[in-house]
Amino acid sequence: MRVGVITFPGSLDERDAQRAVKLAGGTPVALWHGAHDLEGVEAIILPGGFSYGDYLRAGSIASHAPIMAEVIDAAHKGMPVLGICNGFQMLAEARLVPGAHGRNDCGTFVRRDQKLIVENNTTAWTKDFAQGEEIIIPLKNADGRFVANADTIKRIEDNGQVTFRYVGMNPNGSLDDIAGVSNEAGNVVGLMPHPEHAVEPGFGPDTAQAMRSGLDGLKFFTSVIQSTILSKA
Amino acid sequence: MPTIVVEVMPKAEILDPQGKAVAGALTRLGHNQFSGVRIGKRFELTVDGPVTAEVLAAAKTIAEDILSNSVIEDVVSISEAK
Repeated sequence: MRVGVITFPGSLDERDAQRAVKLAGGTPVALWHGAHDLEGVEAIILPGGFSYGDYLRAGSIASHAPIMAEVIDAAHKGMPVLGICNGFQMLAEARLVPGAHGRNDCGTFVRRDQKLIVENNTTAWTKDFAQGEEIIIPLKNADGRFVANADTIKRIEDNGQVTFRYVGMNPNGSLDDIAGVSNEAGNVVGLMPHPEHAVEPGFGPDTAQAMRSGLDGLKFFTSVIQSTILSKA
Repeated sequence: MPTIVVEVMPKAEILDPQGKAVAGALTRLGHNQFSGVRIGKRFELTVDGPVTAEVLAAAKTIAEDILSNSVIEDVVSISEAK
């Protein structure tokens, strides 16, 4: 399965995301923000970083990049799209997922290995998790505070669109401890923490067993690769 | 060149950590007469030609669709700079 990873000016984690796709059994395809071509991919990842220096608002200028016209169209037609950190901010700015992001309530950049609970394991990117599974993946952001009005929060809670919640502590002041959300159909998922940094022994978060051995991020990528293969069978 | 000024503020109910940090610094410096600070944005749009109703309408559209995010911000004013 071909999974596109789009590079924007200021993207940082596109190569990690490509490697995660490869380790999950997929074929990563490097896509360019300035193109109008998805090169026949079957899923898309918007990676983390600081596109356009986070000028105006985090993710906002990137959400208007040329290739985003094709991404938005494909997302509406059901293609799986994952937005990680800056990619989540782009999805919110493009109105592909509900809500918006503000500066962390602590006022500083935060980097930590963060515990999350999987609140919905029926999305394209969470099928390989158990419902209610707790995972640890790295978090690193300055503008990670998820914000939405009360009506929107009620709607997404009722619809099961809250995909991940922070557990143990809320690192940025996100409403209802929300770490990730999906669109109504469940093919588009955005989250603040970085699953692509927890996919390979020696480079993930520490676990009780061994240093840097955490691989909890891998299931994001196997979920989408598996579900697409199954739907073709 | 004529200029249109657009001002955007975080919504009143939305936490503004930048403003809070500045307010904290003011208190630390002994400026106790100011109980709060909120920080917004001012955009100056240079216009090629006269500011017509059409140009103002275009400014309103980009102010609402691009310069601000209605989930977290309000456009508080759009005016021609004097």
